[in-house]
Amino acid sequence: MRTGVKAAAAAAALGGVIAAAPAQSETFRWAFQGDVQSMDPHSLFETMTLGFQRSIYEGLVARDENMELIGALAERWENIEPNTWRFHLRKGVKFHDGSDFAADDVAFSVERIRSEGSDLKVVAQLIQEARVVDDHTIDFITPAPNPILPLQLEIFYIMDREWAERNNAVEVTNLKGGDEGNYANLHANGTGPFTLESRQSGVKTVLVANPDYWGEMKGNVTEGVFTPISQDATRVAALISGNVHMAYPVPVQDWQRLADAEGVKPLTGPEARTIFLGLDQIRDELLYSNVKGKNPLKDLRVRQAFVHAIDIEAIKKKVMRGASVPAGLMVAPQINGFTDALNDRPAYDVAKAKELLAEAGYPDGFELTMDCPNDRYVNDERICQAAASMLAKVGVKVTLLAQTKSKYFGKVLAQNGYDTSFYLLGWTPSTFDSHNPISALMACRGGEDRIGAFNLGGYCNPRINELAAMIQSETDQAKRQTMIEEAFRIHRDEVGHIPLHQQPLSWGVSEQVDLVQRPDNVLDLRYVTVQ
Amino acid sequence: MPAFLLRRLLQSVVVMLTVALIAFALFRYVGDPVNNLVGQDTTLEEREELRERLGLNDAFIVQFARFVRDASIGEFGFSYQHRRPVRELVAERLPATLELSLVSALLALLVGAPMGVYTALRRHGILSRGFMTLSLVGVSLPTFLIGILLILFFGVILRWLPTFGRGEVVALGWWTTGFLTASGLKSLIMPSITLALFQMTLIMRLIRAEMLEVLRTDFIKFAHARGLPARSVHFRHALKNTMVPVITITGLQLGSIIAFAIITESVFQWPGMGLLFIQAIGEVDIPVMAAYLVLIAFFFVAINLVVDILYFVVDPRLRADRATANGP
Repeated sequence: MRTGVKAAAAAAALGGVIAAAPAQSETFRWAFQGDVQSMDPHSLFETMTLGFQRSIYEGLVARDENMELIGALAERWENIEPNTWRFHLRKGVKFHDGSDFAADDVAFSVERIRSEGSDLKVVAQLIQEARVVDDHTIDFITPAPNPILPLQLEIFYIMDREWAERNNAVEVTNLKGGDEGNYANLHANGTGPFTLESRQSGVKTVLVANPDYWGEMKGNVTEGVFTPISQDATRVAALISGNVHMAYPVPVQDWQRLADAEGVKPLTGPEARTIFLGLDQIRDELLYSNVKGKNPLKDLRVRQAFVHAIDIEAIKKKVMRGASVPAGLMVAPQINGFTDALNDRPAYDVAKAKELLAEAGYPDGFELTMDCPNDRYVNDERICQAAASMLAKVGVKVTLLAQTKSKYFGKVLAQNGYDTSFYLLGWTPSTFDSHNPISALMACRGGEDRIGAFNLGGYCNPRINELAAMIQSETDQAKRQTMIEEAFRIHRDEVGHIPLHQQPLSWGVSEQVDLVQRPDNVLDLRYVTVQ
Repeated sequence: MPAFLLRRLLQSVVVMLTVALIAFALFRYVGDPVNNLVGQDTTLEEREELRERLGLNDAFIVQFARFVRDASIGEFGFSYQHRRPVRELVAERLPATLELSLVSALLALLVGAPMGVYTALRRHGILSRGFMTLSLVGVSLPTFLIGILLILFFGVILRWLPTFGRGEVVALGWWTTGFLTASGLKSLIMPSITLALFQMTLIMRLIRAEMLEVLRTDFIKFAHARGLPARSVHFRHALKNTMVPVITITGLQLGSIIAFAIITESVFQWPGMGLLFIQAIGEVDIPVMAAYLVLIAFFFVAINLVVDILYFVVDPRLRADRATANGP
C-alpha cells in the first residue's frame, strides 16, 4: 500500500500542474455507503464491487445505458453448436500497460476464475472449456446447451496473462494470502475507459480516463474520485455541501430535504431487487411457533391467508413513502422472463384471510417468530413490523427478531440449517434472467441437481426443478418463456413465497451532473457527464 | 524503580491477555463472516470450504491459542474484508488517528487549562460564568451530535470546511500527514474540535475544582501574607499543586481520545483506526477487530505506565515515601 500512498501524494503534489493544463478536465466525486471490496475482478461476486471494476476492466459483453446487451471485448458472438458459443474478439485493443489483448487472455481469465478462493467459480462452472481458435476468436464449450451464456458473462472481466504472471497474481486474491497480499487486489490493468490512479482501501480510490481507450465514451469524466462514507448523515451532508457530486444510498426520509436543497436532487427509480417473505413449509413442526406436532404453514390455505392479510399499498404508502413497486412475481420488470400478466397480487382482504385460517383449523390464529435483517434492504425492519401488525389483525401473532445482516444471514442460511420459520429476503438475479431465481429460490432444495440453496422455507414442487433444467438449456426463446411462466404460475398458486415489492433506488445527485441509474444500483462512470 | 517497572509490565501482559480473551469470546456473537465474503450465487460447498479454510470451524480455544501465538510476534492475520494483512492496514490508518488525537488532546489542554485557571481565580466574573455554561454544553451533548451540528453549520450552510475525510495527505516514509497541506489542515478543524470538546470541559472543570481547593489551603494564605506577587502564588504554588490529579486524568483521557475517536471518525469519515474498527464490526472482520482491541488495550497500558512514571517526577513525596519504605 505504501506505493499507493506515495502515488496519492505524488498526484497531490502534481495536482496543481495537471489541473492547470487541459481546460476540459472534469473531476467527478462520488460516495457510497461501503467500499469497493477489492480491485481484483475475479475475487468477489458482489454487485457494487463488480460495478466499480467495470470502469477499469471489461468483459466480453457489456450493457449500455438502457441495459441492452452490447459487445465489449467481443464484437459479436454466435451459438455455432448447441454446446458451443463462439466469440469474435475486438482487434486493436490494448491493456492499460500497453500490451495487446488477445484470445489467450480470455482463456487465462477463465482459468483464473477457477482458482481457489474465486467467488466467480459459479461463472467458471458455466464454461467447460475455453478453446482458443485464433488470436481473435475463442470458443466456450458449455456442459449443456446454454442459450443465456452471454447474459451470464457481463460480470466476467478479462485480465492480461502477462501482467498477472509478471506480478505474481495468477491466482485470485485470496483470504489466505501471503505476507504482501495479492498484487491484483490493489492494482489493476484492464482494457476499460479508466485506469486506476491510486487506491487506499476503505478511504479513497482515484480513477483517471484512459487516453488510449478503444471505444467511445458517452460521458466526459476525466478523473473519478470515489470515497466510501458509511454514515447516512455525513454522506447526505457531503452531497448538499458540494463535496461530492453524487452519493448513494440516500435514506428515503431525506428525499424531501434533497429536493428542497439548492443544487442537488434525489434520483429514484425501481431497483431490480424483489423483496419477499418466505415461510417454512418443509419441517413437520415449526421451530418457532406455539403450534406443536404439525406445521400450519404446510397448509396452502394458511399461506393464502397470509397473502390476503398483507396490505401492500399501506406498506408502499407508509413505509416506503410511495416509492416501492408492489410485486406479484419473484422477478422485477427489468428481468428477462418477467410477465405482466402474472404480476398482480391477490387482493388485500382481512375477512377472507380470517375465513381461510378458520377453514385450516386456526380460527384464533397462532404464534410465529419472524426473522428480519435491519440493515440490508431499504427499510427492511419497518417492513417486517408492518407485516407483523397486519398479520396480527387476522390473529397470527408475530414476534419479530430483527438483527444486523451478519447475524441474520448467519442464522437463516443453509450453513446454519435454515434456522427460521418466517423471514424476509431480497433478491436481484445477477444474470438479469428468470432462470436464476427459479433455480436458486423456488426449486426444491437438497436434491441431486444441487439447486434451491436459497429456498430458505423449503417450498418444493418437483415440477419446478424439471422446468429449471429445461429453462437452462432451451434455446427457443418462445418455448423458454412458456416454461418460465409455468414455473411462476405454479409457484404463485402454491404460495411458495410472498413477493412484496421492488424497492426503490435512492441516489442523491448534484444538478451539475447527468448520469444513468442502473436498476442494479450500480453507477457506470462511462455514462457520467459533468457540466 | 526497575522492580516497579517489571511488576507493571507483568500486570500489563495479564491485562492484554484478558482483553484478548474477552474480545475473542465476544466475536462468537457478532455473526457469521462468511456471508459477507461471498456473493449470493456462491454454492454451499464453497461456503463450507471457506469456513474451513479460515479456521472458523475450529474449537474456540484452538482459535484463541492461534491468535495469541501470532499476535505475540506482531502477526494479526489477514483482513477478510480488505484481503490484506491487518498489520499493513493498521499501519496505514494509525497516522490519521494519532494526528487527530494529538491535535484534540493539545486543543483540550491548551484551551481547557487556562479556562480552568481563569474560572478558579475570577469565580464570579461574567466571562467565568460564560465558560461554565459553555462547559455544560460540552459535557452534556453527545459527540456525534456536536459533530453533525458542526457539519451542518460550517459544512452545509456556510460551506467553509470540508464535511468528511482527511483532505490531501503527504507521505513521509510510511507515515501520512495532513499537517502539510491546506486541505489537510482544514479537514482537521471540525473533527478535532468535536473530539476535544468533552475533554476540554473535563480538564477545565477539574483544574477549577482543584485550584479552588488549593487556594483555600493555609500555605497559599501564608504565601499571600508573605507579600508574594499574586501571579507567583497562583501559578508557581497553586497551579503546581493541582497537577497530580490533572496529569492522571489527562493521561487516561489521552487513551480514551484514541479509543473513542471511533464516533468522531465515523461521523467525519476520518480514515483512522476507529473507522476501520466500525467497518470491521459491520462486516464481521474478526482479525481486524481483534487487532484493534489488543492495540487499544496496549495504548491504555502504555499510557498508564507513563503516567505512573510521571508521578515520580512531579510529586517528590512519592519518591520520599518509597525511599523510607525501602529504608532500614
